[in-house]
Amino acid sequence: MPTPKLSQIITANALINGDVIYFTRHGTWSPNFDEAEVFEDDAIAQDVLIRASAQADQTVGVYLTKVAADNGSYKPAHFREDFRKTGPSNYFHGKQEGVKNV
Amino acid sequence: MYKYNDFDRSFIENRNRQFRAQVARRIDGSLTEDEFKPLRLMNGVYLQLHAYMLRVAIPYGSLNSAQLRQLAYIAERWDRGYGHFTTRQNIQYNWPKLSDIPEMLDALAAVNMHAIQTSGNTIRNVTADHFAGAAADEIADPRPYAELIRQWSTDHPEFQFLPRKFKVAVSGAHQDRAVTKAHDIGLRITERAGKIGFDVIIGGGLGRTPMIGKTIQEFLPVDDLLPYIEAVVSVWNLLGRRDNKYKARIKITVHETGIDEIKALIDQRFNEIRPSFSGIDQSLLNSIIADFQGPELRNEPVHEFHTRYDSAAVFRSWIDTNTAAHRDNTHSIVSISLKKPGQTPGDASSAQMRVIADLAEKYGYDEIRISHEQNIVLPHVHKEDLFALYCALKPYDLATANIGLISDIIACPGMDYCALATARSIPIAQQIATHFDALKIEHDIGHLQVKISGCINACGHHHVGHIGILGLDRAGVENYQITLGGDATQTATLGERAGPGFSADDLLPAIDRLITAYLSVRLSPAETFLETYRRLGQAPFKAALYPETQQNTKAA
Ligand code: HEM
Ligand code: SF4
Repeated sequence: MPTPKLSQIITANALINGDVIYFTRHGTWSPNFDEAEVFEDDAIAQDVLIRASAQADQTVGVYLTKVAADNGSYKPAHFREDFRKTGPSNYFHGKQEGVKNV
Repeated sequence: MYKYNDFDRSFIENRNRQFRAQVARRIDGSLTEDEFKPLRLMNGVYLQLHAYMLRVAIPYGSLNSAQLRQLAYIAERWDRGYGHFTTRQNIQYNWPKLSDIPEMLDALAAVNMHAIQTSGNTIRNVTADHFAGAAADEIADPRPYAELIRQWSTDHPEFQFLPRKFKVAVSGAHQDRAVTKAHDIGLRITERAGKIGFDVIIGGGLGRTPMIGKTIQEFLPVDDLLPYIEAVVSVWNLLGRRDNKYKARIKITVHETGIDEIKALIDQRFNEIRPSFSGIDQSLLNSIIADFQGPELRNEPVHEFHTRYDSAAVFRSWIDTNTAAHRDNTHSIVSISLKKPGQTPGDASSAQMRVIADLAEKYGYDEIRISHEQNIVLPHVHKEDLFALYCALKPYDLATANIGLISDIIACPGMDYCALATARSIPIAQQIATHFDALKIEHDIGHLQVKISGCINACGHHHVGHIGILGLDRAGVENYQITLGGDATQTATLGERAGPGFSADDLLPAIDRLITAYLSVRLSPAETFLETYRRLGQAPFKAALYPETQQNTKAA
């Protein structure tokens, strides 16, 4: 099976409440996975990562992670990022409770 | 219980003040994350997948009701109304905001608790037998020694930048309930000619390179305890591999140096530093021992209890599984299970914590213990009070009769919370517990410890589970490896890998086949899973886990 081509997004945790956040095309951070800017090109992704990491007074642990195309939108390529996107499976906590302000 | 003095109080207050300022400077941007991270780790603050996590030490697992109530309050006020009790006798809060943590630490300090040295390359929370001070098989209460080590190690200037974390556990009974052989230093109190001393075990550990500790001193006199431990840590502090964090724990140092050579170095260091211990440590120890005298037990005969026990089957079952022999035969040790099938192992809600605190006050001389098995213990309950206690626990889902049974599972947070995880552990524990509970066969299966970790760091002790389960990531899919025959007691053994791992969907059927095989090959219901495994080896269990392979070899 050929591996589908993966794109990347930038994610982090919010400095104050620890919430999972994503870097948007407007250069801001959003708690909403669907607002993440998707990079097809790794060189551009690396470049924006440097810019995103510079906003260190809002974030902790900024990194790139892979996403896969999914019916016109994207989904996390790895289950770890699925949990970050949704919340833990033992309680209805985290993002699944409803998107909160960062 | 140990009482804080003015020095302890002002030390904690100072630390909290410093950390409050550090948090403020992180939030206003004057500290970068690289600068702040070591500071937050010194105060028990981690970053997990969805949020920060605050790890609070419960030294040697002992609490009073005021402390447990405060833990409940903190969970409600700044977290999500529950806490997670861990295998290292800590409580973890999974959802604190960074800006609230200074408040949480002040609230802890109000009941003499803190999060210092719960992370980082320091000497961590000293753990002890959760039946300490109460068990019928106890030689001496291990907690005064654990407290002495805690005081000596807290903020010890030589030991704040160790090669890696360092964990100490102390047991004072014949049965080892503190997993001493899987710690950097394990101490077991023994007795010779009416005097007590320590069997000193070093170099145990789990994680990516599991090792069973080795005895380095068979009978260390009590007077030599601190200088000897200091010699051990000090020799390792110099020899320990700082070049590679996977080789930095003392277990690797012992393995690479050899037990005889390291013993010679430790003895040499011990002889150098012994004279500097002038005896202040021993007078301190004596005052600590006085603090641990324990409650004056009620002197009242037992009669009602026997009638209840004979007439109420459900109560009897709870007594049989959840109570243990107390040194005073009118009392019992009660284990309160935090493992109701389907629940997250080790989690307690604020409401549950409050009920337990109230009951400890009413029936348990105000003493509470947290076990490394992620349950809560009331160490002293008069037998006449057991029925009332049982009835009061029941409405709060706290009367599950499963201590030591297959649904009393140890599980780490795994991929549901932990940033280092390679797979989930909690849902696996929930599935196994729910499955065997529904079949109503767990009492028939008998004593069986299932321990689950979500990655090779082994926080869920899987290597020493009778059945160990390790969650891995195989090409982006959760995969679970089974080990068999592990043992966490004085006969500590590392489990052996049974074979290839199972997918999350195939795991429960595999465990079910394993248990069915055990039930059919055991000599009698009295032979436990571990005993059967030791008698027969892996073969019948492997055949049950991998029936296809078995058929293939038969066909060939
Ligand atoms: C944020 C969550 C956690 C992190 C980052 C973490 C990290 C680690 C790491 C890296 C190790 C391996 C140490 C080594 O081999 O050098 C380890 C071991 C261990 N941890 Fe955790 N852990 C976490 C949560 C827990 C929890 C919840 C428990 C208790 C349920 C726990 C108890 C232990 C134990 C018992 C060991 C193995 C004993 C040993 O140190 O050899 N940890 N942990
Ligand atoms: S074993 Fe791994 S997954 Fe589980 S708590 Fe430890 S570090 Fe996290």
